This record gives sequence, C-alpha cells and structure tokens, in this order.
Amino acid sequence: MTAGFVVIALLTIAAGVAAMSLRHLIHCSLALVAAFIGLAAAYLHLGAQFVGFAQVLVYVGAVSILVVFAILLTRGGEDRSERLFSGSWVAGIATAVAVLGVLVWAVSRSAAVRREVSEPAEVTVRQIGDLLMTRFVLPLEVIGLLLTAALIGAVIIAMHEREGRK
Amino acid sequence: MTSLAAYLTLSAFLFCIGLAGALTRRNAIIVLVGIELMLNAANLNFIAFWRFSENPEALTGLMFAIFSIGIAAAEAAVGLALIIAIYRHYKTANVDEANTLRG
Repeated sequence: MTAGFVVIALLTIAAGVAAMSLRHLIHCSLALVAAFIGLAAAYLHLGAQFVGFAQVLVYVGAVSILVVFAILLTRGGEDRSERLFSGSWVAGIATAVAVLGVLVWAVSRSAAVRREVSEPAEVTVRQIGDLLMTRFVLPLEVIGLLLTAALIGAVIIAMHEREGRK
Repeated sequence: MTSLAAYLTLSAFLFCIGLAGALTRRNAIIVLVGIELMLNAANLNFIAFWRFSENPEALTGLMFAIFSIGIAAAEAAVGLALIIAIYRHYKTANVDEANTLRG
C-alpha cells in the first residue's frame, strides 16, 4: 500500500462522510465534489486515465452543478432549524454497518485478491476509441438513445404543471 | 503496488457511507447524492478488477465503467427533475413529508 493511495483513500472517505452528514446542503455538494475528485485520483492511480478524466468532466463538472441547481431551486439550503435525519436513522445506520461488515469480511476472505498479476501495458485513448467503434458499438448507440430519452424526460418532468391538468 | 484488497475495501467504505446517507437523510437531494456515491463505489470496483485481471488488454472493465458513468449522468438528471417536480407539488423536498400514498 503506497502513501499516495492512503492519502487518496482518506480524502475520499472524509469527503464522503462530510457530504452525508453536513447540515448546509451547499456544503454537502462541495464535499461531494471533493469525494468525486478523490475517486478520479484513485482511477488515475489505477492507470485508467481516460475514466479518471471522464469522471472529472461528468461528475465534478456536470453532476455537481446539477445538484447545486436542484438545491437552489428547492431552497433546501434555507431551513436551518429542521431535523436532519429521518425517524428511522438507527435502523439505517445499523443496515449500513452490517453491509460494511459483510463486504469487508468477503474481501478479506476472497481468493481473488491474493492472485499475483503482471504490470499491464499503458492504455491509450486510441485503443478505447477503436473498441467503442467495433466491439462496443451497440452499447454506445444504446447509451446515446438512453441519454436522449433521459434529456427529454427530465425536461418534461420538470416542466410547469399546466393549468388544465389540475 | 497497492493491492486489490485495499481498493475493494475503499470501495466498500464509500458504498456504505452512501448507503447510510441514502437511508437516513430526510432531504431527497442528499438521498440522491448518497446513491451517486454508491454508484461511484461500484465504478471503482470495475476499474480495480480490470486493473488486477488476468487479461487487462481486453479493456472490458474499463468500458463497463465508461458506460456506467454515462448511465449515472442520465439517472442524476431524471432524479433531480423528479425532485423538482415533487417540490413544486408538495412544497417540500423532504422524503418523509411526501406521503400521500401512505396506508
């Protein structure tokens, strides 16, 4: 375990905890950006440059801005006196801790994590583009269709309710 | 070199932080943020398994992560649009106050 990984892991986990526990929603979204940057650094650390930069573009750039827009449109940052957690928070925390225990137990017992692997070759964007245009061309087209449908659907859902339908 | 188990443990921690937030927070936007964290933890697993696989030249895990990021973007857009629609209808973004269908 290298020092770089320890720094990335601590930054990501601390930012994730902050994103889930802070009171002010804008601070939550800023902590979320920090967690996404930590994950992008972990991808770079794993040698997946393209996915790391795609993570920065999509999550740090677009999704976080979308979250900030939603927070401001719903005026969620204003109510400071309200309760932060739902009534069943004890059961929620217990479920999360139980899931964490099972996952860590499974990872530590697994035979797959002890396999020795060789150092893989560098992945170029050219290779990724070649594969996207040959072997993965059908998923690429499907995801284009999905994004178009999601774009139209999101606009229609968030449009003003018309007077006649009420 | 960092081992596969370290990445999987980091991913498990992130998943459970997101799960705890999605299960306990009242604001629907933060619930969605928790779900995003869980999705990202799954992406980290894909990349880690790809990096430590026996045949990384096939790039399968990498491609899965790229498509997963695209689907997560669509999910975030539709989810936030739904939250805005709920806010407009109920005048609240708290998940425990939008309970018209409660039996």
